Amino acid sequence: MNKYDKLVTNALGRIVPTEINGQPAIPYMGIGKYRPTGHKAAPLIVSSADFPADGNKVSASLKEALVKCGLKDGMTISTHHHFRNGDLVANQIFDIAHEMGVKDLLWFPSASFPCHEPLIKYLEDGTIHHIEGSMNGALGKFTSMGKMKGVGVLRSHGGRYQAVQDGEVHIDLAVIAAPTSDPFGNSNGVNGPAACGLLGFALADSQYADKVIVVTDNLVPFPCIPWQIHGNYVDHVVVLDKIGIPEKIVSGTTEVTKSPDRLLLAEMTAQFCDEAGIIRDGFSFQAGAGGTALSIGIYFSEILRNRGWKARFARGGSNKYLVQMLEEGLTEYILDGQTFDLDGVRSMRDNPRHVNTSPFTSYNYHGKGNFATFVDVVILGATEVDVNFNANVVTHSDGLLLHGIGGWQNCLFSKCTILPIPLFRDRMPVILDEVTTVCGPGELIDVIVTERGIAINPRRTDLIEKLKNSSLPVKSIQELKTEAEKICGKPEKPKFSDEIVAVIKWVDGTVIDSVRRVIL
Amino acid sequence: MGEIITTGNKGKTIRSDCFVTLEIKDSGGIDLQLESKVAVMFGESIKVLAKQVLDFFEIKNASLKIEDSGALPFVISARIEAAIKKVIPSEKEFLPDMLKENMYSTARDRNRFSRLYLPGNSPSLMINAGIHKPDGVILDLEDAVAPDKKDEARYLVRNALRALDFYGAERMVRINQGTRGVEDLFFIVPHNINLVLLPKCEKPEQIHAVNERIDILRTKFSIPQPVWLMPIIESALGVINAYAIAGAAENIVAMAIGLEDYTADLGTRRTTEGMESFFARSMVVNAATAAGIQPIDSVFSDVADMDGLKQNVQRSKALGFDGMGCIHPRQIRVIHENFAPSTDETEKARKIVFAYHKAIEQGLGVVSLGTKMIDPPVVKRALNTINLAIKMGKLAENWRETYEQI
Repeated sequence: MNKYDKLVTNALGRIVPTEINGQPAIPYMGIGKYRPTGHKAAPLIVSSADFPADGNKVSASLKEALVKCGLKDGMTISTHHHFRNGDLVANQIFDIAHEMGVKDLLWFPSASFPCHEPLIKYLEDGTIHHIEGSMNGALGKFTSMGKMKGVGVLRSHGGRYQAVQDGEVHIDLAVIAAPTSDPFGNSNGVNGPAACGLLGFALADSQYADKVIVVTDNLVPFPCIPWQIHGNYVDHVVVLDKIGIPEKIVSGTTEVTKSPDRLLLAEMTAQFCDEAGIIRDGFSFQAGAGGTALSIGIYFSEILRNRGWKARFARGGSNKYLVQMLEEGLTEYILDGQTFDLDGVRSMRDNPRHVNTSPFTSYNYHGKGNFATFVDVVILGATEVDVNFNANVVTHSDGLLLHGIGGWQNCLFSKCTILPIPLFRDRMPVILDEVTTVCGPGELIDVIVTERGIAINPRRTDLIEKLKNSSLPVKSIQELKTEAEKICGKPEKPKFSDEIVAVIKWVDGTVIDSVRRVIL
Repeated sequence: MGEIITTGNKGKTIRSDCFVTLEIKDSGGIDLQLESKVAVMFGESIKVLAKQVLDFFEIKNASLKIEDSGALPFVISARIEAAIKKVIPSEKEFLPDMLKENMYSTARDRNRFSRLYLPGNSPSLMINAGIHKPDGVILDLEDAVAPDKKDEARYLVRNALRALDFYGAERMVRINQGTRGVEDLFFIVPHNINLVLLPKCEKPEQIHAVNERIDILRTKFSIPQPVWLMPIIESALGVINAYAIAGAAENIVAMAIGLEDYTADLGTRRTTEGMESFFARSMVVNAATAAGIQPIDSVFSDVADMDGLKQNVQRSKALGFDGMGCIHPRQIRVIHENFAPSTDETEKARKIVFAYHKAIEQGLGVVSLGTKMIDPPVVKRALNTINLAIKMGKLAENWRETYEQI
């Protein structure tokens, strides 16, 4: 059987496989349509009698810990992206696996970064079979060219939790890089040389993996407080000299933009929110990791300050601008999914109103509700949007996989989703007849803000009504598309083969789209 | 023949531009190579365009390499044409279509609070200039272009004037000094330019030379709309001759001061307080006002210092200037907000203008506010303030309808 057999058309009209890497897959059915029943997956039963009574679980080396955990062919190994592009741990795991001659591993990171490019050699030599997580940069290109053995699976942060709970992904071995830990495995991200804020992306792994290794470069005597990860889930603790490069833990996409065009987008977005009545005393918002989205906070602050209002909570990705809002009293709480800079780390450590959250509290499809739906407005990015408001965040217009989904899909469930994006990048129009890859259905995307006009989803008659007399340039999405093509020309589409190299999962675990091999 | 010509820009930081390498040959046909970051989407159309340009200039044998960083078509054709013209002088021009949105003219006394300088050889800065809503955009052929790039910038600026939408901003070009400046006019006057800035003006003859060429071009290309001039005073001699320059021609609508060159001419240094240029600024304000044109202030060069800019604008307004240059789009808002009438000014003006209309309605010759009589110049100034406030969207056009109820 070819890895791209057994195809079906899903509810969005996209052709997707019903079998992925030998496992059955369910096509996307529509928002909230898929409701699995039964019981969630569960980890192995263990007995505390098998663990050292003095609580000392420290192993001599990462290799020793991996061997003790029974590392072998075909296992699923998870890692996390709290250190973003400064991660020094994930690559070492596969160096060891390669040295031991282990094959066909499934790498299950919460996200990959350019620093993981060295893993390509292990994808080539069969140490790693495929990746389920995100395929960024060079890994994305490798996947897009059809070079990965298995089919890549891209999930949102919430979708990752769902996949673990559904038993769709069974983690054999979780390696959690923790900036501070005690010998029992209690650990946190707020202290230590590689402080990154929180360890929320590793929560599911600690609870559901068969074996859990904590790797740290800052071992403290019991108790490690706060214990964001509970040592009661941890099998082994490994101490290394250095687990992350602090300056790379703050990634480039988390800087506020200096580009006047992007600042204008942020300003227009804030004005839109104001005119739509979204900004009010006690409202809530979330801004994504892109430079434009991050600078929205500056404009929100201006409006709140002038009116003497404050937000009830802001969802992070926190950075110094959000922290300033908290410290100035412009927001009462930060509910933080990840910290983007050292101000974020400091604030989370020292300010009880800066609260760490996880994909479980914020995004999980199998939770009894989640926070994402309470947020008044969320501001996100996209690589492409189509005339039906469907959006793409994983591939570029040349067809190559370049980004992960992050929390993007999960955030679409807020009360209002706004994508501020330039109408074109260099010569690449951003609004198209059809996106290369659908990551989010148009019915959840309410507003597209471009520097040349704002398109409101026709479903949001309430917003259209509120903006009726606005000075903002409200246009139809078709008009925006025509305007982009007038400036750039009509782009040709990339050429794809039939071969499916990756799939995009929706938040409920169904397959919303597939990514095909690019023919260059 | 055989000479290798290059035009355009390339490199890591270059966007929306292309670098063209051209060698015209005697035989062998056309060898076209393209490296483009948008090859998948636009590779074919770039090649078609390149061939069109070569055909247009009847070039049958050449090797042409285009290293493209996402340039729009008007940029690509400007780069190729500039390369060709370096080897083959030709009267022919490969012109992109003129956008009908660009066919507006501007009023003599329109607002000129902000005018945004755009380096004439940097397409990426031009493309979105209009969306920041400056009162004017200046495509700069003079100091913002390196000497060896001045020829190719002419083609880029010409094509930008035709193919780029500036969304209603007054379309300005700063030409070079002297003969090169007069020659620059051929590349801009036929393409619906609204205003020409003349650098380093020291005497009326410079204005006359430029106007002579403008008149020839307007006749040749049958251009009905006016081409306004804004001379820039940038030297001690210019300051002394400011009034003669301001009144040198009918189509001069504004006069600007350029302080970097002026302070260099004096052998002094530009300071934030600006004491060294107080005389020059006042001279320009007085000369312009006496000649019935707008006095326009120099740029504020620290783009990160918005508070400094704000103070600068307020000082500038207090001295009597009607606008200033800007070198970064983020300066526009600060300039507009601070040149615009303040709430206080508007409030006072509303009282006066309201009283003025009441006096007209009642057939009174004298405008009074309470027991105080208001002089006509005060009324005039108040009317100006109100018009400005309305233009800036700070006051509703029909404000008088609701004013009575207050």
